[in-house]
Amino acid sequence: MLELYNGALDVPEILARWYKEEAQSNYGAYIPFVGTVRSEDGIDGLSFDIYEPILESWFALWQQKAQERGAIIKMAHSRGDVMLHESSYIAAVFSPKRRVALEFIDKFVEDFKASAPIWKYDLIDGKRVYAKDRSTAIEGSGILGEKQ
Amino acid sequence: MVRVEFLGPIQKEPMELDINNLQELAVVLQEDKELSEWLQNSAVAVNDTLVSSLDIKLKDGDKISLLPPVCGG
Repeated sequence: MLELYNGALDVPEILARWYKEEAQSNYGAYIPFVGTVRSEDGIDGLSFDIYEPILESWFALWQQKAQERGAIIKMAHSRGDVMLHESSYIAAVFSPKRRVALEFIDKFVEDFKASAPIWKYDLIDGKRVYAKDRSTAIEGSGILGEKQ
Repeated sequence: MVRVEFLGPIQKEPMELDINNLQELAVVLQEDKELSEWLQNSAVAVNDTLVSSLDIKLKDGDKISLLPPVCGG
């Protein structure tokens, strides 16, 4: 399940709803990760662009991997502006036993950072400044720059 | 004609080009100095599937996307 929202996430609502959705599914472990905007470098918040077609196919591949281990993944992310101390990202893994969920949440969030087509901007004095130094080139980048 | 879209922070309007493969696209885009850094660090998708080689033929109506470095979360 992939949920995209305009602006900050309603974390208590999402975590409680996901919990209820799977309450009778016989999962022994529910491990959520919540990403919250911190105050640093004078920013007022963060802002996000998402390319949804590739995000959806990327997520579907991970969901398939999870299902092969008897687990499921849920994810929520913000589009647009998210201010300080608000949250922009939740990922959660449900699995029969804790070990699979703990391993999956780590691998999933790491690949999310490296591959999910989402762009982050710092909000500074009302302007969006691309967070270039914190961004990662997707694997296979640069082919259009090769000399022909 | 194929459509080329520049995603995220690449501030550039979409282009419609009459080209037959990704090598031709590379030649066209390399003429644009503003794009030179983005070409070095962007991934490429054809019809929303990421590709790892320029050895791909294009047909009328194809959509090519440039995806610069990402940072979700």
